Amino acid sequence: MFLTITTTGSADRPATDLGYLLHKHPDNAQQFSTAYGTAYVLYPEADAQRCTAALLLEVDPVALVRRGQGKGRGGTPDSALGQYVNDRPYAASSLLAVALRTVFASAMKGQCTARPELPGQPMPLRIEVPVLPARGGAELVQKLFEPLGWTVEAEPVPLDATFPEWGDSRYVRLVLEGECRLAEALRQLYVLLPVLDDAKHYWIAPDEVDKLLRAGEGWLEDHPQQRVIVGRYLARRAALTRRAMERLELERLAESDDTDAEDIDNAVDEEVDTEEKPVPLAVQRREAILAELRAAKAARVLDLGCGQGQLVGALLKDRQFTEIVGVDVSMRALHEARRRLRLERMSERQSARVRLVQGSLAYTDSRLKGYDAAVLSEVVEHVDPARLPALEYAVFGAARPRSVVVTTPNVEYNVRWKSLPAGQVRHADHRFEWTREEFRTWAREVGARHGYAVAFAPVGPEDPEVGPPTQLAHFRLEGDNGSAGSKEDRGSSNSNSNGSDSGSGAMRGKEAAA
Amino acid sequence: MTDDDRTGHEHQNGHGQEHEYEDRNGHEDNHHIKDGNVKQPPDEGRRNDQQGSGRAQGGEARPQVRSERAARTLAVPDLSLVVLIGATGSGKSTFAARHFRPTEVLSSDFCRGLVSDDENDQSASSDAFDVLHYIAGKRLAAGRLTVIDATNVQSEARAQLVRLAREHDVLPVAIVLDVPEQICAARNAARADRAGLPRRVIQRHQRELRRSLRHLEREGFRKVHLLRGPEEIDAAEIVTERRFNDLRHLTGPFDIIGDIHGCRSELETLLGRLGYALERDALGRPVDAVHPQGRTAVFVGDLVDRGPDSPGVLRLVMGMVKAGHALCVPGNHENKLGRYLKGRNVQHTHGLAETIEQLETEDDAFRAEVAAFLHGLVSHYVLDGGGLVVCHAGLPEKYHGRTSGRVRSFALYGDTTGETDEFGLPVRYPWAEEYRGRAAVVYGHTPTPRANWLNNTICLDTGCVFGGTMTALRWPERELVDVPAEKVWYEPAKPLAATAPGGADGRPLDLGDVAGRRIVETRHMGRLAVREENAAAALEVMSRFAIDPRLLPYLPPTMAPCATSRAGTGGETAGGAADEEGFLEHPAEAFAAYRADGVREVVCEEKHMGSRAVVLVCRDESVARERFGVPGGVSGALYTRTGRPFFDDPATTERILHRVRESAERAGLWAELETDWLLLDAELMPWSLKATGLLRRQYAAVGAASGAVFPGALGALEAAAARGVEVTQLLGRQRERASDAAAFTEAYRRYCWRVGAERPAGTDQLAGIRLAPFQILAVQGRSLAGLPHTEQLAMIDRLIAAEAEAAPESGAGPEAEAGAEPQDALSAPAAVPGGGRTRLLAPTRRLVVDTEDEASIAAGIAWWLDLTGEGGEGMVVKPLHALVRGKDGRLIQPGIKCRGREYLRIIYGPEYTRPENLRRLRVRHLGHKRSLALREYALGLEALDRLADGEPLWRVHEAVFAVLALESEPVDPRL
Repeated sequence: MFLTITTTGSADRPATDLGYLLHKHPDNAQQFSTAYGTAYVLYPEADAQRCTAALLLEVDPVALVRRGQGKGRGGTPDSALGQYVNDRPYAASSLLAVALRTVFASAMKGQCTARPELPGQPMPLRIEVPVLPARGGAELVQKLFEPLGWTVEAEPVPLDATFPEWGDSRYVRLVLEGECRLAEALRQLYVLLPVLDDAKHYWIAPDEVDKLLRAGEGWLEDHPQQRVIVGRYLARRAALTRRAMERLELERLAESDDTDAEDIDNAVDEEVDTEEKPVPLAVQRREAILAELRAAKAARVLDLGCGQGQLVGALLKDRQFTEIVGVDVSMRALHEARRRLRLERMSERQSARVRLVQGSLAYTDSRLKGYDAAVLSEVVEHVDPARLPALEYAVFGAARPRSVVVTTPNVEYNVRWKSLPAGQVRHADHRFEWTREEFRTWAREVGARHGYAVAFAPVGPEDPEVGPPTQLAHFRLEGDNGSAGSKEDRGSSNSNSNGSDSGSGAMRGKEAAA
Repeated sequence: MTDDDRTGHEHQNGHGQEHEYEDRNGHEDNHHIKDGNVKQPPDEGRRNDQQGSGRAQGGEARPQVRSERAARTLAVPDLSLVVLIGATGSGKSTFAARHFRPTEVLSSDFCRGLVSDDENDQSASSDAFDVLHYIAGKRLAAGRLTVIDATNVQSEARAQLVRLAREHDVLPVAIVLDVPEQICAARNAARADRAGLPRRVIQRHQRELRRSLRHLEREGFRKVHLLRGPEEIDAAEIVTERRFNDLRHLTGPFDIIGDIHGCRSELETLLGRLGYALERDALGRPVDAVHPQGRTAVFVGDLVDRGPDSPGVLRLVMGMVKAGHALCVPGNHENKLGRYLKGRNVQHTHGLAETIEQLETEDDAFRAEVAAFLHGLVSHYVLDGGGLVVCHAGLPEKYHGRTSGRVRSFALYGDTTGETDEFGLPVRYPWAEEYRGRAAVVYGHTPTPRANWLNNTICLDTGCVFGGTMTALRWPERELVDVPAEKVWYEPAKPLAATAPGGADGRPLDLGDVAGRRIVETRHMGRLAVREENAAAALEVMSRFAIDPRLLPYLPPTMAPCATSRAGTGGETAGGAADEEGFLEHPAEAFAAYRADGVREVVCEEKHMGSRAVVLVCRDESVARERFGVPGGVSGALYTRTGRPFFDDPATTERILHRVRESAERAGLWAELETDWLLLDAELMPWSLKATGLLRRQYAAVGAASGAVFPGALGALEAAAARGVEVTQLLGRQRERASDAAAFTEAYRRYCWRVGAERPAGTDQLAGIRLAPFQILAVQGRSLAGLPHTEQLAMIDRLIAAEAEAAPESGAGPEAEAGAEPQDALSAPAAVPGGGRTRLLAPTRRLVVDTEDEASIAAGIAWWLDLTGEGGEGMVVKPLHALVRGKDGRLIQPGIKCRGREYLRIIYGPEYTRPENLRRLRVRHLGHKRSLALREYALGLEALDRLADGEPLWRVHEAVFAVLALESEPVDPRL
């Protein structure tokens, strides 16, 4: 990996002053050992008019992989990170940032004993990074460097000239030009290289926050992208700590199938709503589901495909629900749910009401029999159509709760989402999205096959043309007298093909949306 | 036959009364008629007879109470809960130790000691009995005779034990030790730890014992043995007796015959078809049937009702049973008829009226004979070493060989959900769906159009009386034989179900078949463990991404690479050749490994650099439906090594399957292999087809980064050098790195080319896609995993030739542009000029090598060098005879891969060939990978064997799932 810093000068203010600032003599090639390989500083050009310092870091790729080894069978703690085929030897990543700090420590601090007046002076600089990994692309690169006064040239590097259809790589060739104090420029690179790289990387320093504060002094305070910068810079730590605890089995399965780990280990969506950042539609959905469950007088409830436990959390707040079982096939989702619900810190009385278990709707499961209600909230659309009959039988044939509440996106509504490109599903893992008619047809057939009566309800603001964003079906076991009180209500709703009598929860959802 | 066991006995009880031991005559499992579970419900007569809400019926079963006056034998069924009853000091422990194995005896004193460190601590009794009941429950669940050594003088204590016995469907037996108080007291006094026991305790025990004696039978004990005084106790002997349903010693062969319902004529025809010779009485009525090879017929019940000649059927079956030529279990219709003949009030519905009418013409003697026959029927039989269970309505595994009212009830009526369907008939619980037992359960009861195996169970009721067929199953051949009904004898209340109970489409497997830590029994490697975390990962992938398990009968095992070549490190190398220098993997190691294992002939197969693909191709959709039970529109599957569909679009899959099917047809493989489906192991190319994501994210990205960084870096170094700065070494190294990076880019590009729509217009959708099958894994009824690879490849060559014949005018490919598929000289050209159809199937080059012959080895090495020199991935060395064992019986690796020097850049990084890198990379640990490869191989073989044997889907899936789980074990991913 490689970058150059060029300055221009004149006879009275020679460009070779760069050598003083960097504490590296322009006529020598010097080498420094860093944590990840050997760094070299050399000057391809050095005269009064123009002086360029080049920093070249020779990464030892084998050492990079092997330093992570030695734990567990097989050696690598993280198969994805332990790849020998790695861009680290070539791309200007956080490893280069570390090298910058090691090699130019004094320059970054603005110290220069020989010429103490130099560090304080802005100078014309041209910084070139030929391969800069930039998650967020050239656009983000512009956004990060332009506010700092740089003229930015960020040109994407194509993935492979032989296959132009593969498009651009995540690298850009970056050229920064401007007047700036060298120390500040170095500190900006020190922070922004890893921020742009945004890699899941195994280098962790315990004093990351302090370092960021020091390096960001003078330019980060008022940066318009400060949130992105701080978020990404520090997020690496959180991601790392979490990954260390995680199971790697899925990554291995992805690897053995030449698949990206992200394509398989994607059950936990980082973007979903949380208590801190609730998504209005998700809240409305939960309220609608709760209303249906209350109407069904359900006490023992299954949340099938509980994900990160948002609905389980909502159910726990209502004493009506005496036994809540969250089921998900993803261990990562369950882990996340357990963390969010703080199950370990719950009182015994509370925690006795809730269980989180791994399960799969592709199989029947005797543990799921005999419950009052099961919720499949935004689950069916994650199942391949060919496997839906299995899910249908596992839920309606085998588990056979008195009530089943199903919610799923209404694909017709997608045209109302401004940010959603036409024809695209709402989530990368959605195997399909149904129209209202498709959903109703499926639900009625399932009901008929398994002896359930079905009623439909909208969730979220109902558009006169395309319907609500989410559709809900409530299946009730026929001949069930467990909730006699509400049965008559349901009778009328069955005959109402518009399905607008959705129970108070959905109504509340509507009001909230209005 | 057990008829000799069935003679009645008479015994005296303790009060001198005579009891007929009537319940030995077949009502062994109806042990307590007064029990609520068994009692006939008051409204029973008004319900239809298919509702199985508990009505095991039969004679009033009175328990036998024996007073042992002299040295005699005490009969104890071989699976029972024996409850010793006697005051403290009566000698129960001594008695138990003399007659039972130490592990069979559970002593309350011992359990008291376990929980409190003091065998006499009465305050610990409650906990101690919890422990005792828990252990007893585990033993009974496992089918083990269990003896309870406790005073048991109080009825509450005994009631708990009787309940425990019933929960596990075993017989409770009481043995009472009635010893005079003085003796008990003396014995206690002699024991230091009980010397202080108050006399009143013994007296109380004695009082309670006396009070109990009369009630023991009513409490539910099936046998009560009363031993009075030390002499009788000392002289007593225990004899274990076999249960009536236990006919494991009978191995047949059997012909199991489904529901008959008075269809005597069809029965005669069926017996004839099965090879039995009928014997007739003076009136020409069949009274026996004999098979010349001594086969035994087994009737699953429902001989009578609805049909034209129930007495005739009874006469024949009774004759066969009496002569020892047949066994018979009762159906619900026999049960009801039996009750009618005993004078009970039963509704004459569901065809009983017809039977009654037909019996009117018979004489009293015959009716009495029928009544006795029906009375003596045993609810189910366990046959053939425990591998076969025959009963009328099915039986879950936990009831096999058990004896209780509910076992009998289940065997007669099956399991009902308590719901009724739109015809008012009870909804039957699909017990067979959940059946996981190793014994085949053959039953009848539910009429279905045809008999189908489901989870090792089969229902033989094919509705003869309703105009269907009468079906028999030959055992152990598992062949079905049927004859059509001569007419519709009786109109069914509802149309016959489409499938056997539980056999419907879309019904998934059970989580219990795969989840958690598991042990899978394999034929080739014994018991293989799957760890919980690996099963959890496999569950996620199987549930979220994999195809339907019915179409996923196999997953390929991982493969170990050859031992690391040590040439150039000063170490010994197998080949000893100097030209191994610079190699991490070299064929010399693979040949040496097989030679060391005693494998002389090996075949080197070209390793195609694509993605592993398993192809299940059926002759047509109906075959897919018939053999694999999948819905229409599907004629097979094409899936990756983790069971994911290869193509998102099913139409592409079908196009590829169509091409393979066509070629198989043309090559005559269907007929030759006597199959209508093929399971192929293959490689699908190009690699870029499936691995695009990985290519873009990782491989091409590294190529792009290196390609973009070196020009600038080298330029800077050259400029510095021109200025006189000393950078010679650094510049030299950077130039080498640049050329390594360029070689890396070349390496991955070889495995990428455009396919289908990415190509110039006019080519077909499969253009550029190549499928290289290299093994036919299985066909109908057979695993071909043991077929020599030369034979395998010969068949596959024919498949490929057949495709070539279909497109004879194929010439050189039209594409010379970048990103097109490389044309190599040795394989047939793939493309047809003029934008026509391109070939799908690609051949696999191979070379047979003798591992004992240096010249042959050298030829093998040269072949590999050629192969990899032109950019090939490498080769796999396999024992020619495929499935091979070593001298010690160990399974030998089915293949060892030797990857090419250039290819390995994709694995070990662009610069791996640099000496300092190679030196470090040679430290790699192959042990776990080899073990994993063998275990996955054994599981894969197991899946194929289970598939071939027609085992239930869950059994096949268990092995397949285990392969996937093992794939998530932590092993160096570069191996």
